[in-house]
Amino acid sequence: MSGPSVTFVPEPERYEFRAGPIHHFELARRDFFKFLGAGIAVFAVAKNSRAAQETAPTHGFHHEDLPEDITAWLHIGEDGKVTAFTGKVEIGQNIRTSLAQTVADELRVAFESVTMVTADTALTPFDFGTVGSRSMPTMSPQLRRVASAARDLLVGAAAKEWNVAAEGLTAANGKVTDPATGRSLAYGELARGKTLAANLPAEDPVTPPDQWTVAGKSIPKVDGRKFVTGEHQYPPDLRRPGMMYGKVLRPPSFGATLTSYDAKAAQGMNGVVIVHDGDFIGAAAGNERDAQKALDAIRAEWKEIPQPSSEELFSYLKENAKPGGDERSRHTKGSMEEGLAAAAHRLEATYTVEFIAHAPLEPRAAVAEWNEGKLTVWTGSQRPFAVRDELADTFHIPGSNVRVINPDMGSGYGGKHTGDAALEAARLARAAGRPVKVVWTREEEFTWAYFRPAGVMEIKSGIAADGALTAWEFHNYNSGMSAIDTPYDVANQHIEFHSTKCPLRSGSYRGLAATANFFARESHMDELARAAQMDPLEFRLKNLSDPRLKAVFQAAAKSFGWPCKKVKDGQGFGIAGGHEKGGYVATCAEVAVDRSSGAVRVARMVTAFECGAIVNPDGLRNQVIGANIQGLGGALFEAIAFENGRITNPHFASYRVPRFRDVPEIEAVLLDRKDLASAGAGETPIMAVAPAVGNALFDASGTRPRGLPMVPNGLAAKKS
Amino acid sequence: MAKPIELEINGKRYEVHSDPETPLLAVLRDELGLTGTKYGCGEGQCGACTVLLGGAPRRSCQIPVSAAASRSITTIEGLEKDGRLHPVQQAFVDQGAFQCAYCTSGMILSSVGLLSTNPSPSSAEIIQALQGNLCRCGTHPRVLEAVHQAAKVLQESGR
Repeated sequence: MSGPSVTFVPEPERYEFRAGPIHHFELARRDFFKFLGAGIAVFAVAKNSRAAQETAPTHGFHHEDLPEDITAWLHIGEDGKVTAFTGKVEIGQNIRTSLAQTVADELRVAFESVTMVTADTALTPFDFGTVGSRSMPTMSPQLRRVASAARDLLVGAAAKEWNVAAEGLTAANGKVTDPATGRSLAYGELARGKTLAANLPAEDPVTPPDQWTVAGKSIPKVDGRKFVTGEHQYPPDLRRPGMMYGKVLRPPSFGATLTSYDAKAAQGMNGVVIVHDGDFIGAAAGNERDAQKALDAIRAEWKEIPQPSSEELFSYLKENAKPGGDERSRHTKGSMEEGLAAAAHRLEATYTVEFIAHAPLEPRAAVAEWNEGKLTVWTGSQRPFAVRDELADTFHIPGSNVRVINPDMGSGYGGKHTGDAALEAARLARAAGRPVKVVWTREEEFTWAYFRPAGVMEIKSGIAADGALTAWEFHNYNSGMSAIDTPYDVANQHIEFHSTKCPLRSGSYRGLAATANFFARESHMDELARAAQMDPLEFRLKNLSDPRLKAVFQAAAKSFGWPCKKVKDGQGFGIAGGHEKGGYVATCAEVAVDRSSGAVRVARMVTAFECGAIVNPDGLRNQVIGANIQGLGGALFEAIAFENGRITNPHFASYRVPRFRDVPEIEAVLLDRKDLASAGAGETPIMAVAPAVGNALFDASGTRPRGLPMVPNGLAAKKS
Repeated sequence: MAKPIELEINGKRYEVHSDPETPLLAVLRDELGLTGTKYGCGEGQCGACTVLLGGAPRRSCQIPVSAAASRSITTIEGLEKDGRLHPVQQAFVDQGAFQCAYCTSGMILSSVGLLSTNPSPSSAEIIQALQGNLCRCGTHPRVLEAVHQAAKVLQESGR
């Protein structure tokens, strides 16, 4: 994350939050059974804790030794009910359902008998965060392994009961059966009166996808009824006895510091608590309105610092790049000089992406409650354990005195990795001596959250007369390294990320820098195809040997009807693709340009996606189509405007996101590879949208869009 | 203390003592605990706070509570009858027309409002009616399908 005038040391992906501390496993096994009742429990103990946590924290929190790492566990109760625990968060991506499918599948029980307990730092194992499309590839195998080990325990218990060898027994439909005699015992019966716990043997075999029975099916989302009746409680919906409502006085601009303030009038208001702590001023009151009134009555003076504006954004990024770059963020293969010398066509172009906002419909929210020095916070975060650590650090209390509970929340898209509202609510609650809820306004969400980083991408390339790539040089300034490499075969290449000062607080966004890098690369590939006078798909396939990427290109093209004939004025077609985070994607788009008004409409999209074995086809389809629609916003019209430390369009009225009328006909073609492990699917399907639309726009209009958003105000008034 | 304001919500009478300028949304959520109605922007731009006021979909963040007095208010909590989901709610479940589902209450109430005045809307008419409801997860095509399904069910049942 960055603020004004801060230069960061480049790292493999600077905008994915990293380096979370690891904590002790707090729920002793003894207490575990007290909490859940007797039964059978299995704990997954990772052989290599760092690998299991996928993001390699480098130091123990509070300088403690790293604990033995428990990454998942499950419990089978005397009633046969299965409870599985994971630190992951349900944010709309459907993991509550798909992980329960995984557990049911491996344990050989009905889907309905599995309950997932998620994202509660007191109950669930440490988890780095629900980020990077990692829930499926890391959590799914871990849960499968615990479920598989639990199955073995149940079979063992039955064998002991019947005094037979375990080998001949089978586990299916929630019971263990002895085929020799036909007798069987339900899991609940086997668990009765036991407090049997096992640590997981590290490498248990798991059921291969072609033998799945519960996984691989389109099981409807868990709790669907609660969502359509308003019964589900999202973080902003939670209430505690005696709770007050908190508001924070925001500085007039980023980085402003408080020079003086007068809160006498506000302090005199009935039932109002004012907190002043450093540059933080907040109020808590019996309702939100009174808290706001109190803030309005405070006279505060701020010292502001001059800051760049969006008008000069791209030159600012270039001018503030770290001189000489950094060896760790560049690599070279072959010789660019030779590659360019061998080329029949050479091309140089610059592409840009603006800052955009996640704008999750649920803003940041938290309820904080102190009880004898211990803090409980209910909040909406993709990283509840990181929020726990932020709180512990901020209030100088041990992590064991902080509990963060994260209800299934109103999404995040990478935008809720921090604990801002949690810290604010906790600070106010400590002063008030009562629970306090803080819900950010939409304007606060647009201003004080963080953004998808803006970036400048420069490409220099060459192709031979037959269309074969001979040289590829790619520079990314600021937006990041995700998918910075080209998937195409090029003997001579130079790829480099340039760290720069970043004028706005930036962080993860669905797909990270891959949306920017895909846009630049796939737009440029389209330009090269035209230089070579080749069909854009044919040109890509010629330069591609990765069979999985070829397969999605071909699948998208087939379903879309590529190559398409133009039958209407203003019609255009585009294609783009790539791979990232273990997922392979290709998108075809059709746009319609109204030549008289300049209005651009995306008429049709087909996205083919492959992420290994599919766990829940319907849930996956929902994610893929959703990502395509969200991607249209950043492609066409989303851009954060800023000036001197202020966001100048912090409202849905001035920051345009896709609405019903913007949504084209969209088809998702899902390739199910049962021979491959499941990868995540939350991010990669967004990546090819912008370049496919841009390439279609060029096809329709002859104007090459090289900046995102492409047409914030239609084609005639477009920015770049 | 402010003069009491009488509200009729989901067929039940309530008396609140809020400042008359308080948005209806805040009264529903914070005073009455009807948190199915969501805050999304407070600016009438996202539709998450949609309720039916006298049967018509309205943004509850834009309505002072005093202006809602003596008019019938329907929130998402009031659609289910005798343990049976409203056909629009059922259609959203059947079509899986949500991801994070934070927009769902508003989507459903806007749709119920539409179907009460236009029992068999075209896709274009549904899009027009839901243009003010944001879904950031991109579930729009399924919402469209759900409204079509609900229209069909309502027509067949003669409601």
